[in-house]
Amino acid sequence: MLADKDRIFRNLYGRHDWGLAGARARGAWDNTKAILEKGRDAIVNEVKASGQRGRGGAGFPTGLKWSFMPKQSDGRPSYLVVNADESEPGTCKDREIMRHDPHLLVEGCLIAGCAMGANTCYIYVRGEFIREREHVEAAIAQAYEARLIGKNNIHGFDFDIIVHHGAGAYICGEETALLESLEGKKGMPRLKPPFPANMGLYGCPTTVNNVETIAQVPDIMRRGPAWFAGIGRQNNTGTKLFCISGHVERPCNVEEQMGIPLRELIEKHAGGVRGGWNNLLAVIPGGSSMPLVPAGVDQADTLLMDFDGCRDKKTSLGTAAVIVMDKSADIVRAMARISYFYKHESCGQCTPCREGMGWMWRVLNRMAEGHAHRREIDMLWEVTTQIEGHTICAFGDGAAWPVQGLLRHFRPEIERRIDQYTANSDVEGVLDPPVPEAAE
Amino acid sequence: MSVRRLAEKQPPGFAFTPANLEWAKAQMAKYPTGRQQSAVIPILWRAQEQAGGWLPQKAIEAVAELLGMAKIRVLEIATFYTMFNLAPVGRHHVQLCGTTPCMLRGADALKKVLHRMIGEQDHVSADGAFSWTEVECLGACVNAPMVQINADYYEDLTAETLARILNDLSAGKRPKPGPQIDRQFSAPAGGETTLTDPSLYGGNGQSASKPAADATDPGRQ
Repeated sequence: MLADKDRIFRNLYGRHDWGLAGARARGAWDNTKAILEKGRDAIVNEVKASGQRGRGGAGFPTGLKWSFMPKQSDGRPSYLVVNADESEPGTCKDREIMRHDPHLLVEGCLIAGCAMGANTCYIYVRGEFIREREHVEAAIAQAYEARLIGKNNIHGFDFDIIVHHGAGAYICGEETALLESLEGKKGMPRLKPPFPANMGLYGCPTTVNNVETIAQVPDIMRRGPAWFAGIGRQNNTGTKLFCISGHVERPCNVEEQMGIPLRELIEKHAGGVRGGWNNLLAVIPGGSSMPLVPAGVDQADTLLMDFDGCRDKKTSLGTAAVIVMDKSADIVRAMARISYFYKHESCGQCTPCREGMGWMWRVLNRMAEGHAHRREIDMLWEVTTQIEGHTICAFGDGAAWPVQGLLRHFRPEIERRIDQYTANSDVEGVLDPPVPEAAE
Repeated sequence: MSVRRLAEKQPPGFAFTPANLEWAKAQMAKYPTGRQQSAVIPILWRAQEQAGGWLPQKAIEAVAELLGMAKIRVLEIATFYTMFNLAPVGRHHVQLCGTTPCMLRGADALKKVLHRMIGEQDHVSADGAFSWTEVECLGACVNAPMVQINADYYEDLTAETLARILNDLSAGKRPKPGPQIDRQFSAPAGGETTLTDPSLYGGNGQSASKPAADATDPGRQ
């Protein structure tokens, strides 16, 4: 288990003052000038050496991402945009950072801005987080007042932070949709290329990073990349905030080392699965967009919670939001509800996603009752593959994967329900209506 | 996607109060020259607060005029983002999270309470005090099930505690937001398993800082 002294989020549970004085007492803003004076190349190299991978879901190496920003400006300013539009079902980690340790984020923005030559930073907070946004805004005001940021600040690097907010669209967590929204448009993702590092916010070079990624940076710089790289496994270094929800005894957020076994994580911090480990049905390890992992010796029992560990089980770490389902859960209905979420949140730009989400939801809803044909299971799989990879952004993939996970591991359960429904049904033709239903 | 249309019954006009107009101009100044359109979501949000929790058509048009945008561009934003209510809501607008993590922990039981105490979804109660709607993940999954009432999250609910909160609001009281069980925010109930050594972290256990005076929810609480 990670030792308390190795934790980055030392006020995760809001026991202490979240303001500037409290943050300073926990080590923030301590000689930040020395970090900035190392220069942007040195900062990027140290973050690269730490092995930190983005904490927002995709796991792209942070230092590498920063190195894509232009070294010389062609007249356009560079922007740092922080993605605080946390809305992936199961995920509630950035919220804790924003309301209980916002100065980690503010200081991280300054260091990251310096590393990519960006003098302006926008923090895009999801609209529902009203109280959390007030804390971030208050922390920024404190930092301005203490001249830690702003023009002619004590660190010698002019830096402005502007807090922006959304209004309830999940898709704005996708980086290019976020930029569109920040420009005052509907949050519809852009085609890439051009990538944001070349043409991002207002057509200027932009890097979008997750809150947790940025908030970890001050500690990485202060304690050294070797410290961060020494935690976890190779290619999966450092600490991570895990959100454990669903059918556990005591759901919670906790900071742990990457690569911790799932079972240890749940039993040590969340009081174990309701009714004991053997009562586990399935777990979604990385937020609702990722395929589930069923209970079993070669499945959830041996799942290591990091990028490679999850890939070995045909899923992904995502945001490290662990949704646990015990044997009392109606797995088909639970996944149908996730499908409804994606139907509701599709931005409607690409046809496979706009039409496919509703189609998948309706079919899954029927399958939850058993009101379906066995052949529709294969048809559903086929449709998920038609959506996956055929849309502008990864939303389509993220909606198709959980359904694929369900079909991969729980096909017998769906077949059982279909057989049961068919056996009990004496009405002929219920499954083959003479007039097919319209898509919407 | 969800189909969202403007309400049929619309008030005749909308004008920003001088204070809100000044605030809106300050928002526009936060963005680079010529990019004032970026402020459209915050300004629409303020317009919604001024109009009593929902966006009338005239408010959308007023925002378009203020920002120099085509009306249709602001209208499409108001219909795209689901936090903009296009029809009147109660003084206490309850948003129930119904997504899987909350569903697994009993959001359906809360739905029954809301049905019983407020009525049908998306309808304002007769006294104008309450309305409720089911929304997608609100991002407090380890404190499931939960609702958001205006700006505040009420977490770790049961049918009983939700009913109590609604009764308190109805009686003019202000129930305490956050977890409704004995629990420190998102820490495990019954006590933390980590961060247990206070000497390591400084601080005195007090939350001394308060949010800035410019709270985002004027007159709604």
